Amino acid sequence: MHKNSLIQLSRALDRREISSVELTEIYLDRIARMDGKYNSFITVTAELARAQAREADQRRQAGNNGPLTGIPIAHKDIFCTRGVKTSCGSRMLDNFIAPYDATVVEKLRRAGMVMLGKTNMDEFAMGSSTETSFYGPVRNPWDLERVPGGSSGGSACVVAARLAPAATGTDTGGSIRQPAALCGLTGIKPTYGTVSRYGMIAYASSLDQGGPIARSAEDAALLLTAMAGFDARDSTSAERPAEDYSTHLEDSIEGLRIGLPREFFGEGLDSQIGAVIESAVKQFERLGAVVAEISLPNTRLSIPAYYVVAPAECSSNLARFDGVRYGYRCDDAADINDLFSRSRGEGFGAEVKRRIMIGTYALSAGYYDAYYLKAQRIRRLIRDDFHRAFAEADVILCPTSPTVAFKLGEKTDDPVTMYLSDIYTISINLAGLPALSLPAGFVGRLPVGLQLIGDHFGEARLLNAAHRYQQATDWHLRAPEGCG
Amino acid sequence: MDWEPVIGLEIHAQLATRSKIFSGAATAYGALPNTQACGVDLGLPGVLPVLNKEAVRMAVKFGLAIHADISRRSVFARKNYFYPDLPKGYQISQYEIPIVGRGSIEIEGENGAVMRIGITRAHLEEDAGKSLHEAVHGMSGIDLNRAGTPLLEIVSEPELRSAKQAVAYMKKIHSLVRYLEICDGNMQEGSFRCDANVSVRPRGQTKFGTRAEIKNLNSFRFVERAINYEIQRQIDLLGSGGRVVQETRLYDAERGETRSMRLKEEANDYRYFPDPDLLPLELSEEFIAGVEATLPELPDAKKHRFMAEFGLSAYDAALLTANRETADYFEATVTASGGQAKLSANWVMGEVMAALNRESKDITQSPISPTLLGGLVRRIADNTIVRSNVERRRRCRHYHRYERP
Repeated sequence: MHKNSLIQLSRALDRREISSVELTEIYLDRIARMDGKYNSFITVTAELARAQAREADQRRQAGNNGPLTGIPIAHKDIFCTRGVKTSCGSRMLDNFIAPYDATVVEKLRRAGMVMLGKTNMDEFAMGSSTETSFYGPVRNPWDLERVPGGSSGGSACVVAARLAPAATGTDTGGSIRQPAALCGLTGIKPTYGTVSRYGMIAYASSLDQGGPIARSAEDAALLLTAMAGFDARDSTSAERPAEDYSTHLEDSIEGLRIGLPREFFGEGLDSQIGAVIESAVKQFERLGAVVAEISLPNTRLSIPAYYVVAPAECSSNLARFDGVRYGYRCDDAADINDLFSRSRGEGFGAEVKRRIMIGTYALSAGYYDAYYLKAQRIRRLIRDDFHRAFAEADVILCPTSPTVAFKLGEKTDDPVTMYLSDIYTISINLAGLPALSLPAGFVGRLPVGLQLIGDHFGEARLLNAAHRYQQATDWHLRAPEGCG
Repeated sequence: MDWEPVIGLEIHAQLATRSKIFSGAATAYGALPNTQACGVDLGLPGVLPVLNKEAVRMAVKFGLAIHADISRRSVFARKNYFYPDLPKGYQISQYEIPIVGRGSIEIEGENGAVMRIGITRAHLEEDAGKSLHEAVHGMSGIDLNRAGTPLLEIVSEPELRSAKQAVAYMKKIHSLVRYLEICDGNMQEGSFRCDANVSVRPRGQTKFGTRAEIKNLNSFRFVERAINYEIQRQIDLLGSGGRVVQETRLYDAERGETRSMRLKEEANDYRYFPDPDLLPLELSEEFIAGVEATLPELPDAKKHRFMAEFGLSAYDAALLTANRETADYFEATVTASGGQAKLSANWVMGEVMAALNRESKDITQSPISPTLLGGLVRRIADNTIVRSNVERRRRCRHYHRYERP
């Protein structure tokens, strides 16, 4: 049963071939048997899942269900879940039981989804390999010696290993797309403002965006439809009518203009990945798409701009973790400043501290103009680049990551090399655009991700293009050894 | 040397909204600690601020009343610092672009001449919580009921030249915010308080001297005393060859002196930046016009009307319009008296005020209603009652009889 996609499971539930309780047990059993080697869950909520599954079955019995009712899902441990530990991958929140549900959690719950547990992640979503987690690194199901990507590495691992049919993730600079790419999955980061940030622990508020990680564009479309929508509790939420992202999946992509940004295919790109992307481009052409080269000239500025904006925002967002009201508190504080500095010093890991310090510096008197303001100006340049590009192209196509999954520990000593693994994803967050990653082939036995970038609120078109591609290919159907 | 004081005030007026500026929790004063603080006020992980429109409306109302520029687009910024009763580790305020820009009000100077005092800006911000050092034995407690309460910070130009002028200015703003019904003006509860920036310079010099900021003054009397103390301290210091250092000082009401709290060098670098959780606040012309339509008659306009309509002196008119309740009481009395304005004014400012002062009551608590007083005035005016008889009977009958219905 675990081999089925989310859509297939939904149909099986519809046809009463299986109950949600049975389905949930299958996944709980797989988690219990297999997750020891992956470390993809921080918390497994087995009892809660069983109760929710029973409820889902009753809803289905009563005919009061939607397509997602009764389907299990795992939530990244960045989403607050009432009564359940919400750690954000940090010692700081190891003792934090959230007293409320994030909007995303609430919406999927209302759709009848069954929460299996909370997935491992880079601490406060700061990382590209899930190695900065307080709970230890997650392993890539395609090769246990390698990372699953990050920061939503636990969520990607869970879906790749078939420990859940789908999972939620968040993406600040590539944290949904890069792990999806490295684990052979389909993940979408929607337009900024599409998915409510309420209850999603903030890393960089102007860049953070939640989205689904699934096995196909079709599955992702169904999930995104349930996750997205205006939320009055998030002032940055877009006031737009609700959208059904599944309606246009089958549309023809005949005549779709695909732009290939010349800056994304140059230096630093693994030639084997380049070859995979090239053959995917040919496939899109066979489906009727028209491919042309475009230019995004300010791409090279995106990493420096990101590593000013994101740390600046995080230095302020993470100030609330001070040991006073909740979370980690040091022992025997001598006075209030000792309480602040030791609680934070002991509660945060190295990468989080590094970014807080960078951000604090960038916002300091005398440096603000040179760093923060300049980064904001670069953001505008990058947005303008994309704006011009979308006059010539409907969708932009490029690799998701410059390399396939790298080895555990390979980049942990060199933060800058680690930061460069987000080179193709970061500019999209800076511009607030939607983008998805989908599997396009392999280098050796490791999956390669292809990124499709859309104009603001162009999710449906991205999912349509991805779905048509997936109907013509089978990369997304491949499973890691022992998981299929 | 002849020294000239230079004073600017930053007044914090707590806006009289029912709920907080960025959350739905109640703002009522005096509840048990932490019973009026929701997840947003506690700064829980994942929560987000949502701006209270009523607070915006009130700020605009104030801006219109002081004839200020209303920013069609203003920006909320984070002021970052660590403090145990500051739940998020930052305060949401406005920094570079406040909602209310330059405006002014008129006050009466010592010599009776009208002075126009510039108001640099007024911006919206959230209040912090309170640390309770006596509530729990051996520990400090935190009460976050006040956290997130909306404040309007009103910043004057450094155009005040004496403690008396500073008090006159503060009283004028106090009266204004109460007229506008945007602040209850309760200084004991901290709803209306100010910081004073004080410096001195040799008279005739245009350059400002180094200033000290006196924090958290919550009565008119303290404002006057603290500023006078600070002026004298600085003059003495400079006169004896010393230097004023830029610093924050606290006023000790018991000792009647100001004391250094922290030097400028020890001050926080607040690392202000636009709050990414809140979009820039954009105000439409319709919204502003809508607020304008709700503006009541303002104290100055009322004063001039009282002079023109009732033939009152400037002094009497000012006294009767000092607060909205007194003005309303007076006007109701005039109506009830059949238009006996001068006699009504004398009674309100004389007997009624005196009796209320004796009982430490304000005009809204007067046991004698305007209707009753107006009737009395009418009878005196037509000589049905002789004034001296009224005065004799007043204490034993009307006042006490109506005090306990």
